[in-house]
Amino acid sequence: MFDATVSLQDVLFMLHGAGITLLLTFWAVLGGTVLGLGFGLLRATAPGWPSLALGAVLDVFRSVPLLIQIILVNAFAPILGLDLSAFTIGCIVLATYGAAYCTEIVRASVLAVPLPTRRAARSLGMTWWDDLTAIVLPMALRVGLPGWIGLALGLMKDSALVLWIGIIELLRSSQIVITRTQQPLLVLGIAGAIYFVISFPIARAGAWFERRWHDQ
Amino acid sequence: MHYNFHWRPVLQALPQMLAGCVVTVEIAALATAIGIAAGVALALGRTSANRTAAGLALAWIEFGRNTPGLFQIYLAYFGLGSFGLHLSSFAALTAGIAFNNASYLAETFRGGLRAIPATQARAARSLGMSGPQAFRLIVLPQLFRIVYYPITNQMTLSVLMTALGLTVGLDTDLAGVTQQLNVLTYRTFEYFSVAALLYYLIAKAMMLVSRLLARRLFRY
Repeated sequence: MFDATVSLQDVLFMLHGAGITLLLTFWAVLGGTVLGLGFGLLRATAPGWPSLALGAVLDVFRSVPLLIQIILVNAFAPILGLDLSAFTIGCIVLATYGAAYCTEIVRASVLAVPLPTRRAARSLGMTWWDDLTAIVLPMALRVGLPGWIGLALGLMKDSALVLWIGIIELLRSSQIVITRTQQPLLVLGIAGAIYFVISFPIARAGAWFERRWHDQ
Repeated sequence: MHYNFHWRPVLQALPQMLAGCVVTVEIAALATAIGIAAGVALALGRTSANRTAAGLALAWIEFGRNTPGLFQIYLAYFGLGSFGLHLSSFAALTAGIAFNNASYLAETFRGGLRAIPATQARAARSLGMSGPQAFRLIVLPQLFRIVYYPITNQMTLSVLMTALGLTVGLDTDLAGVTQQLNVLTYRTFEYFSVAALLYYLIAKAMMLVSRLLARRLFRY
């Protein structure tokens, strides 16, 4: 037996991978939320076919495996002559994937604001923009926030898939450590604990928000 | 753009890829079936008075929902080797997805069980049914009606998750077959765009079938 054990260096290496995971998540959530807000408002307020067409296009991102999307964009970027880093590609794919889900969350939340409330705002002399920013969005936030937190955590977990295009995030870094130490269970246990520590408190906070805002 | 697309080899490989689709649907169906069974058990365990069962169920559910599905597949494929349990890629992928499905479905089932009035089971008991009988004949059918759509969603997600078999070396499902063809020709974009289309069609076909089935199942 080789007695290579998991050293502090290995754990630090994995924590660095966890940093990459969080960085990917940050860009994916930011891009996904900005796009999702725009698309979602469009979906909720635009009439008829533009809204349906946008919905159908975004549905493609939710009906094709994320890994396949990553592979496709990774293969297509050089065809277009774009010289993008694997990290950029990972962020782009995760952000569009997140946007597809975020759009539906925003749409459902905006549509959950009762129409009479909006009409009342308008009849008080508020402009369309006033109504949107002062009435609709604050009310929609309460409906949408738990789902949005779930989406952010989902993106954090799905970011593991970018290991396929060579980004050394948490899961890939643990795989590298496993290759060296030959202790898969221990190393994966540490990786799982890191994921859990990131995800669990936020998931709990989301559940708390949901309970608190539903009671009122 | 200095790239010539070659679609002919992809069309020639279509029968192989379609055979891969069958394996993909098989894995998803198997993982969903196991996930449903384990999910019901977890939901019952989570609400049971037995502290050990409730703790174990809670640990499974929270672990399954707070770590990536890919991580769970890795655990089945690489991690179980430490116990002398060497799963094939197929088994590890199915087990990983089933484990993940069970944790998410358990929470769905728990919500569904709460929606069924306790008086239903009590009425069944007072008619002379045993506890398990009342659960199987009265509670379960009502539960499945409530959680039918979440289950179909989970099954679609399972189909999409099967693509992760790629990372543990599965070469018989749609993603695996596509990757095999890809390493032979390096026509990555062409092969995987057709694979993406096939995944899309599988997902849509499943939704359609489940909607039609729902009409038939829930007529009354």
